[in-house]
Amino acid sequence: MGEIISRGFRGRRQQPDVSDRLPPGQYLTTDFPVLSAGPTPRPSLSTWSFSIVGEVESARRWTWEEFKALPTETFTVDIHCVTKWSKLDTTWEGVSLDTLLDGIETSGDYISAFSDGGYTTNLPLEEVTDGKAWVVHTFDGEPLTPEHGGPARLLVPHRYFWKSAKWVRGLELTSDDQPGFWETLGYHNDGDPWREQRYWGD
Amino acid sequence: MAGTAVLGRLIWRVATVSGVIVETAGTKSLVLSVPGWPGHRPGQHVDVRLTAEDGYQAQRSYSIASPPEDGERITLTVERLDDGEVSTYLAGDLRVGDPLELRGPIGGYFTWTVADGAPLLLVAGGSGIAPLMAMLRHHAASGSDAPAVLLYSSRTVDDIIYRSELDELATPDLRTVVHTLTRGQPTGWPGYRRRIDSAMLSQVFGGPSPGALAYVCGPTSLVEGVATTLVNLGFAADQVRTERFGPTGG
Repeated sequence: MGEIISRGFRGRRQQPDVSDRLPPGQYLTTDFPVLSAGPTPRPSLSTWSFSIVGEVESARRWTWEEFKALPTETFTVDIHCVTKWSKLDTTWEGVSLDTLLDGIETSGDYISAFSDGGYTTNLPLEEVTDGKAWVVHTFDGEPLTPEHGGPARLLVPHRYFWKSAKWVRGLELTSDDQPGFWETLGYHNDGDPWREQRYWGD
Repeated sequence: MAGTAVLGRLIWRVATVSGVIVETAGTKSLVLSVPGWPGHRPGQHVDVRLTAEDGYQAQRSYSIASPPEDGERITLTVERLDDGEVSTYLAGDLRVGDPLELRGPIGGYFTWTVADGAPLLLVAGGSGIAPLMAMLRHHAASGSDAPAVLLYSSRTVDDIIYRSELDELATPDLRTVVHTLTRGQPTGWPGYRRRIDSAMLSQVFGGPSPGALAYVCGPTSLVEGVATTLVNLGFAADQVRTERFGPTGG
């Protein structure tokens, strides 16, 4: 297709220190938009738990108290939503998936993260290990609010943000890749923002 | 969770602006002719891409406001945001005859078609009416006999988008349209005069009938409040579907 010029469109260009950090098709936002497909779940912390299940030697489960007692990491990353906004330098605290998966014997190569409300999303195990993913409970030094996925959400900053499942309650380890909620509704299975993998076929 | 996606690759298409409708002081509808448009389900959106002369590009998503019955003509309703890189262009500079690149349809959950049945409960805030308008227009065009109710919150009477068409779409027993105005009402205003709350939702919708689907679209504060209230009123979480229309970056 030849280039279609939008007559009179100038656009709002960012300085290179910002534009170099924006994947293709993304724009900078400074607030923190909320997106979700349904009502915000508000689970009781007294019954909340985080589990690792599926193709593992023995399943693992933490209560909220046990989960909060795990060693945490505080880190600052850029996040990219498939709806086009990116937010730079967001600071989170949570438990590395390396910590949660430590010592677990599995034959699975994939995870399916599952959440309150029925949401799921899938990722290859190698994309969420070696310091690439966390289950976070703190944003900017404050407890994560329900509309942003609290009490705890997955955080996988190198993928579009729908992969960072809100209200996450556990990981199922699987041998086969099992496309999740948005991945079965037309969104890309891998969701790499730097390759602009928004939708099927991208 | 029901829903089906459109199969295959979403290619960029060149649409032509065939009409521009001034809806309110801050909102315009763009009527687009899209050769080869594959059709869509009400509630879906498109990605729009603008390209400057030096190749700089910007993309945004906009809900489709028209029903699938319009064929290769789709309508986007764009609210002009003061700081909006793309919306100021779409709702300002764009003229009839201009080309516009888009791809879609996108989104497989916040959708309703006549085949889904109902009752259909719609809650809109401001320009969040756009995808719900696609559902109401489809409801009318398809001759659906499922009851549909729209509760629409606007700031003032002049901010109501599609006002006269909504009046025409309303019928005594089939399609009900209820307005609330949050920042001032004309003399003799017959609708509500406050933000949407639990009492209003229960009065307008009644209880949670089995099989009913609620679609809520608007700013985050409205969507969060309404969705939570509907659950508190007894709706199952999977009866309530949400979409956000915020003045973010747009």
